[in-house]
Amino acid sequence: MNDLSGMDDLYRDFILDHYRNPRNAGTLEHPDATFEDNNPLCGDKIRMDLRIKDGAVSDVRFAGRGCAISMASASLLTEQIKGMPLSEIAKLGKDAVLANVGIDISAARLKCALLGIKVLKQALAMKYDPSPEEEAL
Amino acid sequence: MSLLAGAAQAPLTETEVARIRADFPILKERPHDKPLVFLDSAASSQKPVQVIAAMDDYYRRYHANIHRGVYHISELATEAYEEARRKVARFIGTPCSGECIFVRNATEALNLVAYAWGRQHLRAGDAIVLTEMEHHSNLVPWQILAQATGAVLRFVRVDDNGVLDLSNLDALLSGAKIFAFTAVSNTLGTVNDVRELSARARAAGAISVVDACQAVPRMPVDVIDWGCDFAAFSAHKMLGPTGIGVLWGRKALLDAMPPFLSGGGMINVVRLESSTYADVPARFEAGTPAIAEAVGFGAAVDYLEAIGMARIHEYELRLTEYALAQLARIPAVIIYGPPLAQRTGVVSMTVGDIHAHDLATILDSEGICVRAGHHCNQPLMEKLGVSATARASFYLYNTRSEIDALVRGIGKAKAIFKIA
Repeated sequence: MNDLSGMDDLYRDFILDHYRNPRNAGTLEHPDATFEDNNPLCGDKIRMDLRIKDGAVSDVRFAGRGCAISMASASLLTEQIKGMPLSEIAKLGKDAVLANVGIDISAARLKCALLGIKVLKQALAMKYDPSPEEEAL
Repeated sequence: MSLLAGAAQAPLTETEVARIRADFPILKERPHDKPLVFLDSAASSQKPVQVIAAMDDYYRRYHANIHRGVYHISELATEAYEEARRKVARFIGTPCSGECIFVRNATEALNLVAYAWGRQHLRAGDAIVLTEMEHHSNLVPWQILAQATGAVLRFVRVDDNGVLDLSNLDALLSGAKIFAFTAVSNTLGTVNDVRELSARARAAGAISVVDACQAVPRMPVDVIDWGCDFAAFSAHKMLGPTGIGVLWGRKALLDAMPPFLSGGGMINVVRLESSTYADVPARFEAGTPAIAEAVGFGAAVDYLEAIGMARIHEYELRLTEYALAQLARIPAVIIYGPPLAQRTGVVSMTVGDIHAHDLATILDSEGICVRAGHHCNQPLMEKLGVSATARASFYLYNTRSEIDALVRGIGKAKAIFKIA
């Protein structure tokens, strides 16, 4: 089948590369911030561990399973945030993720693309606005 | 369905299927400028014009609330609603239409049993037996019942072929009050022996609750022959509208059950401090029901009966056989579930390292609709060792050429993902 009708735009080589060879894959020992979440509709799952030094992300690892869109988006995001001050990360949103991926994504697949950044934001929120239970731990 | 009756019926022909397809307006749609290839009927089927027209006619000519008005159109609406109940009852083999309770869907039906029968009969330590292949709708209500009563859950194992392992069923059923299981797996297409499972439950003193969602649309079902106590199914999976389904139950069990939802329509005498309740089925149909949907449901049953469930089942098996053969020839395709003899028209698969969502996105670009994900069956997915599968399911309006389109679509996905 030669007619790929736009789908090769969505699944570009670098997306497939990040899917098959995710950057910053794995976990950190004693991370300063960590969070795991899933998308209950599809079962995609991402955990992100962060090392934070002087108000910036000094190291990051992510682990999970999911589609090419969710895994590549998360992989690209980890590359982007390494060394980034938390104040800059706070400004990252949907647009940054879509710019990384480099294409428009249908509403049905947007959740996949945004799972990584959702987990990242939650990890930082837990670290800097911990619930009482978290504090007790 | 006796063998004789089955043999006497000619298989569905291509001409007949073409005529059936012409009854479904949506099949003329062209998503992404490609013919619509709808392979997700196990999630929800499409609707023939006869069902759409019946509901339209009801709203145009005789919409009124039922069981209340003394005027003409209310009588018409009441009669149409009750006629739909009689049709559905006959369709599943019960002579007693009062045993069919109209609910929103199978999920509500199962919640009704778990709440109304379960809370009345279960005590701490009692067992509820389920299987590892249940849809979340036949799992979560029992988890909640167990938490509320102190009952324990036990599970019939699913083996590597996607078939129930019944080797320890008697031990599992010992001391059990409820055995709830699906007639057909929505994920793997496995067909369970409902007669056998119901008989084993009865012998152990447990009631049997059958999730019949995938069975009633696609094979002849006779609940009396099944010998179960309750069965639940939804209209929208069998050519009918969304928003209506059925709980069938044995009259004696239903009669002894307290209400689930309460309010208007389900009462006998109401005083400020207390009320008495209506007889079954009204007791379980609080509030204004889905009248138009019941009318549409009745039309759906008419449509299926005119073709014949044995023929529909046979046709679906032929499509499944073809699909399994074609898909098995594609390198990198893994098909989950049992061989043809133990399954019906549901095929779950993975293709190389392509995630099911990516596969479904690429198939969608070709106008092909398949379900991707865990199919409301997360524990079974864990067991299969996959996070998601792509599922194609077939119905009376599907054709071999649509399966060929699926095969070509999988080829496209493999090309994009550069898989040999």
